[in-house]
Amino acid sequence: MVKTEVLEKKDTRSGFGAGLLELGKRNPNVVALCADLTGSLKMDAFEKEFPNRFFQAGIAEANMIGMAAGLATGGKIPFTGTFANFSTGRVYDQIRQSVAYSHKNVKICASHAGLTLGEDGATHQILEDLGLMKMLPNMVVINPCDYNQTKAATIAIAEYEGPVYLRFGRPKWPVFTDANQKFEIGKAWKIQDGTDVSIFATGHMVWKAMEAANELEASGLSVEIINIHTIKPLDDQAILESVAKTRCVVTAEEHQMNGGLGDSICQLLARNTPAPVEMVAVNDQFGESGKPEQLLEKYGLDTVNIVEAAQKVLARKNG
Amino acid sequence: MKTAEELNNIVKQVRRDIVRMVHAVQSGHPGGSLGCAEYFTVLYQNIMNYSAVPFNMDGKNEDVFVLSNGHISPVFYSTLAHAGFFDKNELATFRKLDSRLQGHPATEEGLPGIRIASGSLGQGLSVAIGMAQAKKLNNDDQNVYVLMGDGELQEGQNWEAIMYAGHNKVDNLIATVDFNKQQIDGSIVDIMGFTELRSKFEAFGWKVLEMNGNDVTSVQEGLLSAKENAGNGQPVVIVMSTEMGNGVDFMMGSHKWHGIPPNDEQLEEALSQNISSLGDY
Repeated sequence: MVKTEVLEKKDTRSGFGAGLLELGKRNPNVVALCADLTGSLKMDAFEKEFPNRFFQAGIAEANMIGMAAGLATGGKIPFTGTFANFSTGRVYDQIRQSVAYSHKNVKICASHAGLTLGEDGATHQILEDLGLMKMLPNMVVINPCDYNQTKAATIAIAEYEGPVYLRFGRPKWPVFTDANQKFEIGKAWKIQDGTDVSIFATGHMVWKAMEAANELEASGLSVEIINIHTIKPLDDQAILESVAKTRCVVTAEEHQMNGGLGDSICQLLARNTPAPVEMVAVNDQFGESGKPEQLLEKYGLDTVNIVEAAQKVLARKNG
Repeated sequence: MKTAEELNNIVKQVRRDIVRMVHAVQSGHPGGSLGCAEYFTVLYQNIMNYSAVPFNMDGKNEDVFVLSNGHISPVFYSTLAHAGFFDKNELATFRKLDSRLQGHPATEEGLPGIRIASGSLGQGLSVAIGMAQAKKLNNDDQNVYVLMGDGELQEGQNWEAIMYAGHNKVDNLIATVDFNKQQIDGSIVDIMGFTELRSKFEAFGWKVLEMNGNDVTSVQEGLLSAKENAGNGQPVVIVMSTEMGNGVDFMMGSHKWHGIPPNDEQLEEALSQNISSLGDY
């Protein structure tokens, strides 16, 4: 059983802000750009500490991405910050041509991703960003699960040479990973060993996967939980090893079913070792206004949905 | 410094390269390329400080150039070859499979002289601003040059960038707009027009200069004046009047040669109007 008593809740965007500040102190080449959302992205501490290395782009995201590509060309390590919707869909062509195709060392850091943005509604709740970003050649895609992991990931991506999309969110969420963890890009993190079913989760849904695993274990099942914080490159080996044991899979993500983590895992399994899969994800719909927990419940992204998905794949495996 | 005569000889060779490159693969964009042959030649022969070999991607302590309207790649490639970035015989690979000379400029294949991909319009000015800001952080006092098409200014990202550079006094940036007044579907005034650009840039806090892009002396004076105006708290833009297809009489005065290659007969006619000065690739 994993521990799911909540000790502390913090927002993952604050983990980004803390990581960025730390990077600012460590590496003089790290610069930051923000499109009029400095407070929301928690970039204000970096701005205050390193005003010369902070670029206020205004509400002009396309220009911000282009400037980041230029700064990277000049040897800087730019971190851009805005909401996930404006970090991806709004500037897709700029990222594609000026960053990904041009091999620029730009870190696109995106907050307020997914349904848990809450009351602002569907205009801001992007559920397609992982898909958009993972389709781009050269792009690394990361979606950490809590404050500590987001901070560690922010620091780690500065060490990696190349474009990265780092996705995090708005709500305060349980903090359950180690504050001193070393974040390895592309290396899945096994939270718990199990033999009956594998749950692969990313971002906020990792916590929901842990809650679901405890419910399943209460009925005598052995559940393996793996945190896929890096959607691309996918840790093929960790996934295939797990499925070789459990022979059935649940994926969980705060994203569209099309194009997300589940989609990547299904491709991997289809090419290697087909197994029953259920995807806990948004099914071809836009979100709406509401509280994060209400939205996760309404759109089928709650603990109970993971439990039910596990029961389904277990029945198919055993049927 | 090369003399006007020497520059004009190179310009003729660049024009020959352009028409031969697009003719060889029966694709590419000769019109805008020909119109900018003088600008590229003066910029790379007499104005910018740079290292061609080795080519340094970060361009630290060098002047750097960004081509935003990437479809005029033929003139860029020919200029880079004549400036020593790579062997001019490589121009024969333009737009062919496995070439470093992609249809639109790219860094993917590692062609020396290219720092950013362009082709999807409207992105180069933003990139140039970022490069200029990096130079300031690096205490590098060289300049960033960027060329944009006039039709390209219809892309909204340019106006984000123009507003940014003016507000933030990015004064190590020297932009040039190729004001040939043509775009694919017709003349700019008919498609979505502006008749002048000075007032627009000035309204955003830019220093505006003008030059005749098809006269090497005017281009040299314009670029030198821009250099003198750099570092004065304002970004600089040169509105450069050109004729699309310049130097090949039947391609001039029309948007029709924007993206059309010459046939065999037209190639011979174009070459006869530009006698080889440096030897063909």
